[in-house]
Amino acid sequence: MPRPIEIRTSPHLKRAISVDRIMRNVVFALLPICAFAVFQFGLSALLLLLTTTGVAIATEWFFSRMSERGSTVSDWSVVITGILLGLTLPPGFPLWMAAVAAFVGVALGKAFFGGLGYNVMNPALVGRAFVQAAFPVAITTWTPAFAPGRFVELIPSTLTMPFMRPEPVADWVAGLNLDAWTGATPLALQKFQHIEVPLLDNALGLVAGSSGETASLLILACGLWLAFRRMLDWRIPLSVMAGAALTALPFWLMDGNLYPTPWFVLCSGGLMLGAWFMASDMVASPVTARGAVIYGVFIGSLTVFIRLFGGLVEGIMYAILLGNAVGPLISSWTQPRIYGVVKKTRESSQP
Amino acid sequence: MAESSTPTSSAGKSGPAPILFDREENLTADTFLRGLWKENPVFVTMLGMCPTLAVTNSAINALGMGLSTTFVLVVSGALISLLRNWIPKQVRIASYIVIIATFVTIVDYLIQAVSLELYAALGAFIQLIVVNCIILGRAEAYASKQRLVPTLVNSLGTGLGFTLALLSLGTVREILGNGSILGIPLFGSDFQGWLVMILPPGGFFVLGAWMMLFNWLRLRKERRTAASSGVTAHAG
Amino acid sequence: MLRTLGGIATISGLLVVLADQLTAPMIAEKQRILTERLVFQLVPNAAAKRDFMITAEGRLEAAGEGVTGDPVYATYRADGRLEALTITGEGSGYAGPVRVMFAYDPDCACIVGSKVLKSNETPGFGDKLGTDPDFLKNFEALDTTLDADGRALANPIVTVKHGTKTAPWQIDAISGATISSRAMGKAANAAAQRAVPIIQRELANLLSQPK
Repeated sequence: MPRPIEIRTSPHLKRAISVDRIMRNVVFALLPICAFAVFQFGLSALLLLLTTTGVAIATEWFFSRMSERGSTVSDWSVVITGILLGLTLPPGFPLWMAAVAAFVGVALGKAFFGGLGYNVMNPALVGRAFVQAAFPVAITTWTPAFAPGRFVELIPSTLTMPFMRPEPVADWVAGLNLDAWTGATPLALQKFQHIEVPLLDNALGLVAGSSGETASLLILACGLWLAFRRMLDWRIPLSVMAGAALTALPFWLMDGNLYPTPWFVLCSGGLMLGAWFMASDMVASPVTARGAVIYGVFIGSLTVFIRLFGGLVEGIMYAILLGNAVGPLISSWTQPRIYGVVKKTRESSQP
Repeated sequence: MAESSTPTSSAGKSGPAPILFDREENLTADTFLRGLWKENPVFVTMLGMCPTLAVTNSAINALGMGLSTTFVLVVSGALISLLRNWIPKQVRIASYIVIIATFVTIVDYLIQAVSLELYAALGAFIQLIVVNCIILGRAEAYASKQRLVPTLVNSLGTGLGFTLALLSLGTVREILGNGSILGIPLFGSDFQGWLVMILPPGGFFVLGAWMMLFNWLRLRKERRTAASSGVTAHAG
Repeated sequence: MLRTLGGIATISGLLVVLADQLTAPMIAEKQRILTERLVFQLVPNAAAKRDFMITAEGRLEAAGEGVTGDPVYATYRADGRLEALTITGEGSGYAGPVRVMFAYDPDCACIVGSKVLKSNETPGFGDKLGTDPDFLKNFEALDTTLDADGRALANPIVTVKHGTKTAPWQIDAISGATISSRAMGKAANAAAQRAVPIIQRELANLLSQPK
């Protein structure tokens, strides 16, 4: 049964927007990104996406049975969680670890809090943060994009036996005879060797990275489509991007050799995917318009600070999780004044 | 923390009374078993969280910590129970702390004498047993009011309950984090350890999971007894 | 009230003293065994050892009652000839100090082995200090030649970024654990700077094991 959003005061919508209609649209918007991920990284990325989505759905089904509330799988939100999780993991990530991530994400990030609408943080990122802490080596093992034979063979680490250490991919990559493969993502290259990949490669997604985060322009297009259909709050992604670019700008002006250009910041890593599809999570972001902007800028600039000065190469995940955590606080700070109520000034508050 | 199930009345006491013929709790199986399950210090009363989270990253650390705490619990409980009629109310906490600190110091020496590796692994948490609320809680709520034998039995039960709780965390964390149990590898050299389980957050995850399991079991039992006695189950 | 407190304090004092008296020899014995095992693991060819201390005044004295300082163990082969000396140093790492024991070989004037005594580095990254085979290769012949005065190292030991080691006094860091690797370098430098000049000065007295 579709769950209706109940909106009683104005604006009076002509058509009831149900949760599952919005969620279905988000899934549609994610499909081109998934397709590109599979095109770019081949069968391994496909299996990865199927695993995370399948395990996420199964976990949701299991916990909604346990809670005796009836199944909430049909509202499509868990499908988004599964797909997003798959898109943020490296393409050769062992499937058993991906399953752990999906289970932990949906169970710990969502079911334990009471299901959709009650989760404090984005479930996909909770799952990813858990495996980042549990398997730090596997989650930073990258494989080249557009490897020859990617549609007929799997990355060797994909089919690792459960609970076993993944096979090193270095030998397999060496066997591909790729020129210019350094084993690093553009972010790592920039951070440690201060080399920026060409902007166009980065924006089109011709580089290594997590399976679905590389094609910045495609993600931007899909996100814009959703925003025009009013299925997501455009303020959040735009303010994340603005926050990131404006934070990176002064550093780049100070030392252009050491610090990345603002456009590199926008196009690299998971920033675009995070801004459009994860920070904008309806449940875990502030509800007020002003709050959404503050929240977005907070995430964007925190991402850049983690990237430039933190021990980690990419910071969008922790930035969004922290943003989710302070989201309710931002909401309550930015409550709009009730119409007709005069703002209390210092003079008027003192009798 | 009240001992609601025991008929305590320390108000009527005056002057030294015969130690073994005091009218207090009679020794039953429950005196011992309470601490293991119904009043488990970690999972039910949630005391002693600090060592529970900090030193359970392997089974041997958990066992060492649990047994040290049990030792301090039993011996200090016994001494407090013996001295209970001489310790003035106004300085009882100070007295308990001195007694507990004595035995913690002794345990500290003993562990060094037994194994320096274990001593290094447990670190400051040995000395911190002195401020473990389980021990002070037992001293205040039980040992200071009860005869020697029930105190010994009750402290032992609580201590073993604590040890079991630590072990249940320690084994899970060691198996997942390191693929071994008590240092013996279980899955061969290819096992991928879950790093987070050895790090402090793992303690929170595993503690939460165990508490969820135990609460679920308890709720289910309550619901069943309620259903069988004809009362409508309140859960739903 | 005072009498009770005094009584309890007396009992406590007695018990603690008793426990100390009983366990002190056992603890000392355990310490000795542990040290011996560490030293002989670090210098596998050793058959015997002599204990020294580097005192605050910078002298090498035989360990014994009343001598305090950093311990140095001289190890000897079965034929009584000096094999290597162990020196200890500390460097601050990612999560507190990293304490390391090194084996110093006066023949080649270099460090020939390392053993991490104490570290709180992150499991999975920082604890590679004691296990990573490539990293351990750094300590098979780490140059500690003294300068002309014989007061300090000619080239201080430094940790360099992974894959950029060019000189024998450099340590090639572990990729992904640079800070921990640097701590190890600092420990090596601290140990060598302090102990090597003194050892070289007193070398004549150390060369063979007194009968």
